[in-house]
Amino acid sequence: MSESAVLELIGITKDYYGVTVLKGIDLKVKPREIHGIIGENGAGKSTLMNILFGMSVIHETGGFQGEIRIDGEPVVIDSPARAMELGIGMVHQEFMLLPGFSIAENIKLNREITCSNVISRVMGKSMETLDFKAMRQDARSALDHLSINIDETLPVAGLPVGYMQFVEIAREIDKKNLRVMVFDEPSAVLTESEAGLLLEAMRRLSEKGIAILFITHRLDEVMAVAHSISILRDGQLVARMERDQARIDKIAEWMVGRKVERSVLAKRPVAEDEAEDVILEIHDLSVEMPGEVVHRFDLKLRRGEILGIGGLAGHGKIGVANGIMGLYPARGSVFKDGLPVSLNNPRQALLSGMAMVSEDRRRVGLWMDESIEMNISFTAMQVQGKFLWPGPLERLRREDRTAMREHALTMIKDLDIRCTGPQQIVRHLSGGNQQKVCLARALTMKPDILWASEPTRGIDIGAKQLILDYLVRCSREGGMTIVMTSSELGELRRICDRIVIMYEGRISGILPPDASDMEFGMMMAGKYQSGKGVGIDGMA
Amino acid sequence: MEWLKSRPIFWQNGLIESIGIPRIIIAGFLVFLFVLAVVLKMDLTFLISDSLVRIGMNGLLVLAMVPTITCGAGLNFALPVGILCGLVGGVVSMSLNLRGWVGFGTAALLGIVLAWILGYVYALLLDKVQGQEMMVGTYVGFSMVAGMCIFWLAAPIKNPAMVFAIGGQGLRYTLTLENYYCKLLNHFLEIKLWGITIPTGLLMFFGLGCALMHFFLKTRVGRAMAAAGSNPLFAKSSGVNLNAMRHLGVVISTVLGAIGILAYAQSYGFLQLYTAPLYMAFPAVASILIGGASLQKASISQVVIGTILFQTLLTIALPVTQTVLSGADVSEIARMIISNGMILYALTRGERRR
Ligand SMILES: Nc1ncnc2c1ncn2[C@@H]1O[C@H](COP(=O)(O)OP(=O)(O)OP(=O)(O)O)[C@@H](O)[C@H]1O
Ligand SMILES: [Mg+2]
Repeated sequence: MSESAVLELIGITKDYYGVTVLKGIDLKVKPREIHGIIGENGAGKSTLMNILFGMSVIHETGGFQGEIRIDGEPVVIDSPARAMELGIGMVHQEFMLLPGFSIAENIKLNREITCSNVISRVMGKSMETLDFKAMRQDARSALDHLSINIDETLPVAGLPVGYMQFVEIAREIDKKNLRVMVFDEPSAVLTESEAGLLLEAMRRLSEKGIAILFITHRLDEVMAVAHSISILRDGQLVARMERDQARIDKIAEWMVGRKVERSVLAKRPVAEDEAEDVILEIHDLSVEMPGEVVHRFDLKLRRGEILGIGGLAGHGKIGVANGIMGLYPARGSVFKDGLPVSLNNPRQALLSGMAMVSEDRRRVGLWMDESIEMNISFTAMQVQGKFLWPGPLERLRREDRTAMREHALTMIKDLDIRCTGPQQIVRHLSGGNQQKVCLARALTMKPDILWASEPTRGIDIGAKQLILDYLVRCSREGGMTIVMTSSELGELRRICDRIVIMYEGRISGILPPDASDMEFGMMMAGKYQSGKGVGIDGMA
Repeated sequence: MEWLKSRPIFWQNGLIESIGIPRIIIAGFLVFLFVLAVVLKMDLTFLISDSLVRIGMNGLLVLAMVPTITCGAGLNFALPVGILCGLVGGVVSMSLNLRGWVGFGTAALLGIVLAWILGYVYALLLDKVQGQEMMVGTYVGFSMVAGMCIFWLAAPIKNPAMVFAIGGQGLRYTLTLENYYCKLLNHFLEIKLWGITIPTGLLMFFGLGCALMHFFLKTRVGRAMAAAGSNPLFAKSSGVNLNAMRHLGVVISTVLGAIGILAYAQSYGFLQLYTAPLYMAFPAVASILIGGASLQKASISQVVIGTILFQTLLTIALPVTQTVLSGADVSEIARMIISNGMILYALTRGERRR
């Protein structure tokens, strides 16, 4: 590869409110190169990409130092619009879609296809009519490029996060003058097979001559597609290597600056099926969550177990928790310890001793403009009356900041939330650390049953270990029953006692964690019905 | 980009941003006016006393904006609804010939009860027009004022001091509170210091309102209201009833409007009926915006700063400009320009953020 670099970052330094988060980063990518950027939560990856994309947070907080060159020419990128003009596309860690518009409209946003009409001939191009048909076709072909078959006329609001991710990606690859493409953790909410599609799409893009910057916490993905890798730690570039020199364990070591040890969790004695101690009985549950519909779901949850729910995006694995916790319209009956839990009422669900980590951390999981301590204690304060000063009327009792802070500090320590303190605004945290705050919020409820949807989304490998360990300890020592939804099968298999696989809104089957990959794969594809046994010849 | 790097450190740390350019400009202008007043050898003590009174008079009406902003309903342009409730309370207490603290207390109590009911009805109406609260509110306020004009005319009140001298039917345009509770709060614990009159009671009343609101916002329900306003899904997933929170915010705001107008009236000395409440919401809206509040977020300190800046500006700017321009009355024009300009500025800024 003797080609010259299409994009060069030279000596990028950035500080937020006096804290330096990037120190003299140099980076070069050539056309056709897929460059992996990895690093711990809070290492500065998203910040670097925000600088490259001219995001307003950067300029509102005093800009940055250093130089960006495109084709060797220094450029000033002061807005996303400018970045797009220069041929830079970006899929953000947090979604940037307009919820009120359809998928096709989102994909074509600001680049609408128009036809001239009477008014526009007089008033100019901005008055031209939108050519919805052409827009739809373009959107369709972008989606097909990703092998996603979802109706492009659906509104984005209410789409499951996995789909939003693909819409974002489709929007970017639809751009015609694309030269550099940034993916900031595009695969965090995707299952392996979906991520596979994404990686495939990335390869095709790069073959077209586009340079790709790819951020992920899944090291095997980097190993699979990247041609070269940069590693960030605490805002510094600690290593850059070519693909063939890279080894996963070495990378992990570079990332955290010490040897990473995989803690091995003690296997739990296999539960005796006979003496089933049922804590929650779900009967005939249907949930109308757009894109994640659940049909007639039946399940008995055993006390103290860790149950995994897996399946491809759109097959309802996320719908179950959202339905039971009252966030989406649901029908059916749910009994906890024999007592009915009323559906469609979040407060009742919470009062009955359940809590949830939402997969949608930006809208449901976090109060972005509030402090860490407020986010962590809010639900427990509202539902259980914790963190309040004594007083007669619970509603009019004042918050107890000292108690909130104390609790937040323990949570920050337990979950290793990297922040400047419990008063830091959640918006100012890195993505992975925001996720930890979400988890802390649910754990603060000390629930009997924890519904954790994608609890480790966007969390780096070191912290993931810590969080999975923490969940297991909650279950073994605290007796908490945990239902964990995850798109990462490996993670489910690591800590779950049983794993439910969903297909088209129904339970396709329940497997032990040590079942074979093939069994899991077939169940996800709906080729294996529980009770009916495996039909190998039934495989397409 | 060069100029960004060369910014002084206090700028980079966001000090100026946090105070806000509009406030710095207005405060600077105020200082300039004060200096001008000194140069022109005007009676500073009088100007300051007058400002203090106006701050106390208007404070609660400005404070009434906080609950609606917090619960996500934006600025309360339907403030006249609350104001009318307060006026009805005042009229009834007057017709019962109640004077002094009893009169003021009865008026306030009646106003609160009425405002609670009407505020709730108005909140139910807002449920149907979510996202357009401010526009609908403006019209609701206007129509309420118009409707009440008929009530004032037809009210079955016989007290000759209150009805039109000719005909004996229909309330007068302004009812004097002389002999009732005129300047009751102003004179309570009044202090005279270096020639400045401090209306302690009035300021304490405003202060008490602020303190209660400050406390309320930190209670469990206050926090729930703020969460419901700024991140509804987060609040919902924490078991907060979104509708109830919005209703509560609107009700509290309406109640504050009712009490606010009574505090205003006792200081002014008159109950102003008929079309007087029509534009009452605008100075309050302008004040809180000058204080730095946005359509989504407001704090007590913004109420206090905004009221002080806006009211002081009005009280001082007028006499000074009048002296400079030798007699031309620019008071009303200045007030309109400042308040409407500020509202316009905030609205355009708010739209862009969405
Ligand atoms: N808007 C902001 N204001 C202040 N500090 C910020 C802001 N955004 C990020 N930071 C801080 O900058 C540092 C780097 O954050 P960044 O989001 O770049 O991390 P990241 O590498 O993308 O991590 P993750 O893997 O968790 O997404 C963190 O310490 C974070 O707290
Ligand atoms: Mg990030």
